[in-house]
Formats: sequence, C-alpha cells, structure tokens
Amino acid sequence: MRRALAILIGLAVVVGAAGYVAANHEIVIGMQCDRTGATQTVGVNLCPGYHDYIKLVNSKGGIEGHKIKAIEIDHEYKVPQGMESYERHKKEGAVLIGIYGTPHTYALMAKLVEDRIPGTSPGFGSAAAADGQRYPYLFPIAATYWSQGAAAVKFAKDQLGGNLKGKKIAYLFYDNPAGREPIDVFEDIAAREGFQLRTFAVPPPGVEMGAQVLDIAQRYRADFLIAHLFGRSPSVSIKELKRVGFPLRKVVSFVWGAAEADIEAAGGWSVAEGYNAMQFAGVGSNYPVLDEIRAMYKKEGQEPPKEMNSTVYYNRGVLQAAIHLEAIRNAVKDKKSGNITGEDVRKGFEKISGFTLGGLVPPLKITPTDHEGGGLVQIFTVKGGKFVKSTEWFSAYNDIVAKHIKESGKK
Amino acid sequence: MLKTTYEADMALYPLPIARWTVAAIAVLFFVVLPLVLHEYYLSIINLVSIACIGALGLNILVGYTGQISVGHGAFMSVGAYTAANFAVRMGAPWPVNLIAGGLMAALVGAIVGIPSLRIKGLYLAIATLAGQLIIEWTINHVTFISGGVQASIEVPRPEIFGFRIASQTEMYFFLLGFVVLAVVGTMNLVRSRIGRAFVAIRDQDIAAEIIGINIFRYKLLAFAISSFYAGITGVLYTYYLGVANYEQFQINVSIDYLAMIIIGGLGSVLGSIFGAIFVTLLPIVIRLSMESFGGYLFSDAAILNIIPNMRLILFGGLIIIFLVAEPEGLNRLWRNIRSYFRVWPFAY
Repeated sequence: MRRALAILIGLAVVVGAAGYVAANHEIVIGMQCDRTGATQTVGVNLCPGYHDYIKLVNSKGGIEGHKIKAIEIDHEYKVPQGMESYERHKKEGAVLIGIYGTPHTYALMAKLVEDRIPGTSPGFGSAAAADGQRYPYLFPIAATYWSQGAAAVKFAKDQLGGNLKGKKIAYLFYDNPAGREPIDVFEDIAAREGFQLRTFAVPPPGVEMGAQVLDIAQRYRADFLIAHLFGRSPSVSIKELKRVGFPLRKVVSFVWGAAEADIEAAGGWSVAEGYNAMQFAGVGSNYPVLDEIRAMYKKEGQEPPKEMNSTVYYNRGVLQAAIHLEAIRNAVKDKKSGNITGEDVRKGFEKISGFTLGGLVPPLKITPTDHEGGGLVQIFTVKGGKFVKSTEWFSAYNDIVAKHIKESGKK
Repeated sequence: MLKTTYEADMALYPLPIARWTVAAIAVLFFVVLPLVLHEYYLSIINLVSIACIGALGLNILVGYTGQISVGHGAFMSVGAYTAANFAVRMGAPWPVNLIAGGLMAALVGAIVGIPSLRIKGLYLAIATLAGQLIIEWTINHVTFISGGVQASIEVPRPEIFGFRIASQTEMYFFLLGFVVLAVVGTMNLVRSRIGRAFVAIRDQDIAAEIIGINIFRYKLLAFAISSFYAGITGVLYTYYLGVANYEQFQINVSIDYLAMIIIGGLGSVLGSIFGAIFVTLLPIVIRLSMESFGGYLFSDAAILNIIPNMRLILFGGLIIIFLVAEPEGLNRLWRNIRSYFRVWPFAY
C-alpha cells in the first residue's frame, strides 16, 4: 500500500513538472468546476459548454495562432480544494481564472490582487465586485444579484401594466447571504415605485416551503412573486405554487432557478407553463455558435454531446468561455507574441464592448469602473414545452444599483 | 530499554533517538521543504497545517475526553468572525485577534458543551449539531457579527514587525509555527493532570467522579480547550484567505474534521496529523494520478467527467479499506509498522 502510494505521489510530481514546461507554448486558463459537489447539476452541463467553445476556437487555429488550454479542476464546491486548484492553476501559468462558487470568490479576492491574475464570477460571488476600482482583478461579467433584483422588479412592473403603486410583491429566497443580498435594492425600489414588499425566507436545504408559498398565495395575496432559490428548491417552489394555485406567469425566478432541469424536476413542462426565468446567457439551440460546435463534432464523425440539450447551463459555459477568450484576444492584440500576463488579460477584459456572439452573449460593456458590464438579462418564459424569449436584453434602475455599489465600496 | 520511573514513562522523548528524529523533522520542514518544493506544494501543506490544528482540537474533545461534537466548524466560525471584527472595527493587530478569536470560541464552546453534563454519545452529537446550526444561523442573520448581508468580512494580511505575510511561502512558515505550538501544546496537555482527567472521563465517567475528578469542570474544560483550538484554526484560516465568509464553516466542515480524527486515530496526537494529511491530500493525489493515467483509457471530454466522480469513489473506498485494515486508524497502522521494524529482523 505504502509503495503504491509512493509511486502515485512520484508520478504526480513528475506530471506536475511536465505540465510546467509545456505551459510556455500556449495560453493557459484555469477553470474551476463542480461536477460532484453541492451544485453538480450546474457543472455537468456548464463545463462541457466551456470546453466545447475552447475546442471550437482551437480548431480554427486558436487566437492569432496561439492555442488555448483550459485546465479544469473539480473542487466539489469545497473551499480548501478551491484554494488548491487556484494554486495549481497559478503553477501551470494560468493568466485567467474562471472561479466557480460564491465562497470561492470571496476566498480568492485577496489572492487575485496579490498575484495580479484576473478572475471571473458570472452569476455568483459578491455584487459589490462590479466596482472595478475596489476589486480590480474580479470580473462578475454577468448580472449580479443586485442587477437581477432590479430587472425582476422592472419585469413585474411591465407585466402588471406599467404601474406598481399599491401593488404587493413577494420575494421568496433561499436563506443564505446570496439570497438576502438583493433585499436592500428591493427596498429602495419599493420606496420609489410605491409598492409593498414582503420577504419570505426558505431555510436550507430549501426543500420545505409549503407554509411560505401558502402565505404568499392566500394570506398576503401577492400580485407578483420574485424567487431566488438554488439547487433543488426552484423545482419545489414551482410544484408548491402550482398546488396552491398561484399563477406561474406572475412568477419570475433569478438565474439559478431557471434551467431545463428545474422545470423537469418540477413535474415537466406542462406543469410549469407560464413560469418566467431570468437568464444572463441566451437560451435555446438557435445560435450560430452552437451550429458551429455541432458542425465541428460532425466533421469529427461524432454526435454532438448530450449536454447541449441542457441549453441554459451549456450556453452559460459557452458564454463564459467566449468572454474569457474575448479578453485574451484583446490582450493578444497588443502582444502578438502571445506571451501575455494576467495584467494584460485584465486590461483585455476592460476593453470588451459590443461582443454578442450572435445573440448568445448580451452586449456587455466592461470598463475599468464597471466590471459587471451593464447587468443585462433576458427573461424567458415556459411556453409549449420550451423556453421562449419574452424580453430583449435589458437592465433597470441602474442608478439604484450604482448607489449600492458605491456605498459598499465605502465600507 | 527499561523505564524505572513514572517521569521516564511520561517523557516527551521516549527513546534517545526520538530527539534526533524531531530535530531531523524540524530541519526537513523548516529548511529543506521550502527550498526544494514549488510554492504550489507549499500551498497544499498550508491547507494540511490548518486542518492539523483543527483536528488536534477536535481530538482532545472526541478522542481524549470521549465527548462527540459535530459543532467544530461552527466554533471555527466564531473564532473567525471575532477576529475579523476585531481587525476591521478596532484595527487590532493579528496576535490580539488570534487570542480573542480563540477565547471567544472557547467561551461559546463551553456553553454548547453544557448538555454534555447530562447526555452522552449520539445524544450529545445531536445537541452539538444544534449548536452548529444555531451558530450558523446567528452569523447568517445578525449583521452586527457578520458585517452585512453578504456575511463576509475582509481582513488585512498579518504583519510581523512590518513584514507582510501574503505569499504561500510566507504563509507556510507562519502556519507551521502554529502547528508546532499546537502539537507541543497538545502533547503536554494530554500528559498533564488535565489530560489524565480527560482520559478517565472517557474511559468511565462514574469511576472518574468517584476518584475525585470534577466531571462538571473537566467536561466543560475539554469543550473550551477544543473550541479554543477550533477558534484559532478559524482565525488562521481567515488570515490565510484574507476573508471571513460564512459558507466556509458549514456543517460539512465539522464532518470533514470528524472524518480526519476517525481515520487518523482517536485519542492520539500523531493520529490527528495523519488524519489531516490523509483527508486533505488524498483527493489531490488521486486527481493528479488520474490525470496522468486516465488519458490512455478515455477521451478528453469523458475524462473530465470521470476524474471527479472516480475521485469521490476512490476516496470513499480507501477510507473503508484503511479502516477495515486497522479500525483504530492510521496512527495504529503506523505504530504496528514501527514496532515491526524496531525488532526487525527478529520477529520476537
């Protein structure tokens, strides 16, 4: 046993050393993933999307002739393993880290600055990270929970006839820091629009919410419901809302309760008819980039991967990869040798503007002060067995969100 | 070698050679490893160091005193948030925060330990589980403690005489110093009057009470000391990451630490260290080796899916194999090997 272990460790050291030498020839991205931990339903579809886009770009010759190598490490959504994966990525020469997980984003905030490597946290992490002055190396690159909250209220306003005065809005959320993050923003908007807001917390693990849903539907009689749930709980919420007869067309969910898997777990598409889901990447298969990926597989004589059917998370993986590569492309433009550093990639991020990938990516505009890129989302509605686009890319109440970002920067 | 006095039996160095072994290990860790290893490997040792201190603390309570606790992660968070609040609100230097975090955790630990005066075993485990959940809830909801709805407080890097400890190499020496303190502290604790009282309570608490051990005081003391270690672990972890975050101390952390001391060996200092190394290192070693072998058997896309899943399976499997091979943990396994070689090649 000990001998076997010794051999394993020896091999590991050799392989690690070999990877270090090879890193000079290609641009390395460190990618964290969770295929086995608390959020594995996301990872199993998101990470293949990420790799497929990288593969597509490499098959077309890479970026200005430089190949991209994305090293994926699964951290099981555990922080110590996330730290280990970061150090490993750094050792392999990564110029960019695709962080995965809110606690991991917090844990890496200080390190990224010290090592001058940019990291991205699309759809999780801290909303305050949109402030590029305060967190120069952290890029949310997608709508934060504050922007999502503001957009959700705007959507409710449009659905309720353009006026929220005297209306009752319920906020059903998973009782953790991420769940409570947008409440302050809601309260500010409520004061401006004159609607009534009541919050309903769902304690972890978030599979018991019968009482809250009944309260929303029959005692509080909400005019609109904004839901912010994770993991198994979005599907439970759909089931419970259906059971008490709350109309699902008056529900809008944040981005982590918005996948095909959630609808299927709730009992299928017919059950969830009318449910509105917020997205920071386009949903569905009708995007040119997805056609290209399918064509790439066809040329290799393979079937497209089954993960492509879970378009919500797969497309988010593609979005993440596309924005990463766009930042690297901007960096390589200035340094044709391809010998770029994390600092170059950071500047590359801050030049991203008007990059849409045929509609799959919102028209972000990332600047040295705004690392979120505008906080754009789309709403998709369950209609006839699939997600149908209900709105174009939009953001709302930008002044209120900006005020909160500024305030948190002072702390 | 014959021992003729109690002092000799209780000595920290049982054999003359032990002195040299300790010196050799010290040279290895303080001089050789930092010079030879890449920073990445030092960062892994840093994670092991943090786990070591926490596991030692839990072993004092579970292994030596026989009181099961599932609240270790929560005690760590008490230390972490106390230190972070001291650091941010008062700008206190890190040694003050470290001690404050440890003491606050000890206090909370002693309070959570009060049910241990009436209940034992699984019942106590559930009571401490309640402690874990209550502390989690409190940090999650009381913004005075958690510093805002995000429940994260960023702390500045520790400084020693103006020297800022930030890189993994600098952290390595910083943390290693505390591992040494924790190991020496625990070794001395368990051979003192207090340690013997703990063991007496574990083995038979009624008998312990009859021979004059104040059960009330020593059980709470065990909780306090164990939580003090946990608090220190939490503070060090906070300084290591640069942030105290609520999600880093949830129930699964408590379970991981319990796994460490069970795999390593209950009631032994070396066992805690083995357990911390095993639980922290095994997933990494499995992944590194699978990355090198897996390419021969599977395609690239498949391997990315297989590695993390296989790692979980192997991790679970190896734990079972080691525990079946030696139910008393890695420490016993190590002692068996050592005593075999001590008289080698003469079996008897």
